[in-house]
Amino acid sequence: MQVEAYEGEDMILNMGPQHPSTHGVLRLELETDGEIVQRIVPHIGYLHRCFEKHAENVDYPGVIPYADRMDYIASMNNSLGYALAVEKLMGIQVNERVKTIRVIVAELNRIASHLLSIGTYAMDIGAYTPFLHCFREREKILDLFEWTCGARLLYNYNWVGGLSHDLPDGFVEKARQFLKEFEPVIVEENNLLSFNKIFIERTANVGVLSKEMALSYNVTGPNLRGSGVQWDLRKDIPYCGYETYTFEVPVGLGKFGSLGSCWDRYYVRVREMEESVKLIRQALDRLPEGDVQEHVPKRVKPPKGEVFGRSETPRGELGYYIISDGGTNPFRVKVKSPCFTALSVLPEISKGQMVADIIAVIGSIDIVMGELDR
Amino acid sequence: MEALLQYLSENISGYGQLPVFVQYLLPMLLACVLCLALAALFGLVAVWVERKVAAHMQDRLGPMRVGGWHGWAQTLADGVKLLLKEDIIPAQADKALFKLAPIVVFLGGFASLLVLPFGQRVIVSDLNIGVLYVVAISSFGVVGIIMAGWASNNKYALFGGMRAAAQIVSYEIPAVLAILTVVIPVGSLSMQEIVKAQEGGWLGIGNWFVFKPITFIAFFVYYLASLAEVNRTPFDIPEAESELVAGYHTEYSGMRFAFFMLAEYLNMFVVSAVATTLFLGGWNSPVLAGPAAFMVKAVALVFVQMWLRWTLPRLRVDQLMYVSWKVLLPASLVLVIGAGALAVL
Repeated sequence: MQVEAYEGEDMILNMGPQHPSTHGVLRLELETDGEIVQRIVPHIGYLHRCFEKHAENVDYPGVIPYADRMDYIASMNNSLGYALAVEKLMGIQVNERVKTIRVIVAELNRIASHLLSIGTYAMDIGAYTPFLHCFREREKILDLFEWTCGARLLYNYNWVGGLSHDLPDGFVEKARQFLKEFEPVIVEENNLLSFNKIFIERTANVGVLSKEMALSYNVTGPNLRGSGVQWDLRKDIPYCGYETYTFEVPVGLGKFGSLGSCWDRYYVRVREMEESVKLIRQALDRLPEGDVQEHVPKRVKPPKGEVFGRSETPRGELGYYIISDGGTNPFRVKVKSPCFTALSVLPEISKGQMVADIIAVIGSIDIVMGELDR
Repeated sequence: MEALLQYLSENISGYGQLPVFVQYLLPMLLACVLCLALAALFGLVAVWVERKVAAHMQDRLGPMRVGGWHGWAQTLADGVKLLLKEDIIPAQADKALFKLAPIVVFLGGFASLLVLPFGQRVIVSDLNIGVLYVVAISSFGVVGIIMAGWASNNKYALFGGMRAAAQIVSYEIPAVLAILTVVIPVGSLSMQEIVKAQEGGWLGIGNWFVFKPITFIAFFVYYLASLAEVNRTPFDIPEAESELVAGYHTEYSGMRFAFFMLAEYLNMFVVSAVATTLFLGGWNSPVLAGPAAFMVKAVALVFVQMWLRWTLPRLRVDQLMYVSWKVLLPASLVLVIGAGALAVL
C-alpha cells in the first residue's frame, strides 16, 4: 500500500510478521475502519530460503531434504512429489511395495498435517483444548515416522526410485493400533468443536470463496473442494496406484450457510482425515513384499529434457517443473505452490469483514509460509 | 469492620483511651491488609488451579516440578520472575497513564471485596447500598482497561481497550437488571439483608434465589453477563490472543502485567462471590457454616468459569453485542417486570 494513497480516515494495522495467528511469518497490511477491514494486502517473502536456486546447485537426490523443508508440516508429501517427477523424467518404475508404503506415509502425513491445521484453527477461533487434543494424536504419527526413518519432521524418506528405509517390523500392527485409537478422536473433536454453535457462528458465512473465484485463482486442495469442486489428483490423475483404492473425495456442502465458507473448508479437512484412515487401512492390508531400494539408481542422471509432475499434498496441488541438461544437477526446479494461490484469494474473500474474521479466513485457507516463500 | 472494632476494644486494655481516629484507623488498616492478603492468595492459588484444570481437560499434567507436590509453587515462582523483570515502558507511551492503569484495574476488584458478606459477622462494611456499591465500583476497572489501551500507544492495545469498553458497558445493563430481580423481593440493597432473606426453607436451601421461579433465570443471565464483564471465554475478545496478541495489556510486562493477571482472577472471584450472595444463599448452608460455605460456593462458580474457558471458542465482537442487546437485555427486562409483578401480588 502506498503511503500517498492513504486517505487518513482509516487506521492501518500491520498484522505480522510477528503475530500469533499468521501461521508463520506473514505480514498483512490491514486498512481498518474500527473493526471492519476495508483493504488487506499480504506481504510475503519473510521465509524465502532460495529453494529453487539451491536446487540448481545440488544433485537430484540432494534436493529432497530441501523439498522436505518447504512445507515442513507435510514433508512426506513434498518429497513424494519431487521423487515422482524425477522418476517420470528418468522413466523409473518403482515396485509395488514402494508404492504402497508411499501411500501409507503420505496419508499418515496428511492426517498429521490436517490435525495441525484443525488444531491451530481452533486456537484462532479461541478454543484452546482441541489444539492440544490434535497435537496429542499428531505426536503418535510422528512417533511412527521416527521409528521408520529416524526423523520426526523432515524425513528425507522418499528417494528417487525408492525409499530410504523399509518399514520396521511390527509397523503394520502399530499403525493399525493408531488408526483404531484415532477414529474416535475425530468424533470427539466434532462434538467439541466442529458442531459447536459458537464455532459455526464464527466460521459459517465468513470468507466465502465462490466456485468461480476458486477456479479462476487456481485454488487447489481442500480450499477448492470446500467450494464444492470435486477435484483431487489422487482421484483424477492418480499416482502411486491411488486408482486401486476405494475412497471418497469430500467436498463442501454449504451445510451452515453459503457454500465455500470457512466452515466448509475446515470440515473438508476433517472428512479427509476419515478418508485417509480408510486409505491407510487398505494399504496396510495389501502391503506386498519387496526391496524398497530395488530401483534406486546408483547415479541419478536423467536424460536431457523437462518434466512437470504434480501430486496432492494436504494443502493442494504441488507441482514440480524440472529441466534437465543431462548432468547430475537439475538445470532448473520450479515449484507450483498451492499455498501461494490460496493466499492470493485472501484479499478478495476477506474484504469488508471484521478483524476477527481475517484470522478465521487465514486459518481456514491453511497456508504454510515455508512452502509459500520457499 | 464493626466486629473487628468491637473485638479490639474489648480485648485490648486501654484501646478506648487511644485517640478516636486511631481507634477507627487500626481496624481499617487491618481489614485492608486482610483483603489484600485474600486477593493475593486467591490470585496465586487460582492461577495454579486454572493451569491444572486446563491441563487435565487437555490430557496433560500441567506444572509438576516447582515446589514438589504437583507444582504447587509454580505461580510463586512466576510471580518472583515477574518481579525481577526489567520494567519496560514503551518510548511513545503516555507514561503516567501507563503506570496508573494496572493499579486502577486492580482497584476495581479490590474495592468490591469490602462489601462481600463472607459470614454473618465477617464483612468489612455492611453498607446499606452494598449492591449498588459493588455494581459501581466493579465497573471502575474498565476505566483502567481503557487507560491501558490508550496509554500503550499500540494499535492492538487500543483495539482491546475499545472492545473492552463496549463490552463491559453493554453487559453491565443485563447484569444490573438481573440483580434487580433479587433486590425487588428483598427490598434492601444491603448484602447482609439479601443473604438473610435466603435463610431456611426446604433442606436449608429452599429459600435461595436460584431455586425460585424468576430469579432462577436471572441467575443465568447474571452469570453470563458477569463472564463478559470479567473478559472470560467465550467473551474474552478484549484480550483475544489470536486476534489482538494480548489486547489491552500487549505492552505490559513484569509486575504491571502481574497486576493485570491478579485483577483478572480477583474479578472472577468477585463476580462469583456476588452471584453467591445474591442467588446461592451467601453464607447460608445446610452443611458448612459461615465463610467456608461462602467460599466453597464462590470457588465452585470460579471453576465453572474455567471449565467454560477451556471448552468454548470465542465470539466475535458483533455477535457479542447481539447476545447482550438482543438476548440478555430483553430477557432481563421481562424478568424485572415479572419480579415486580410478583412483589405487588
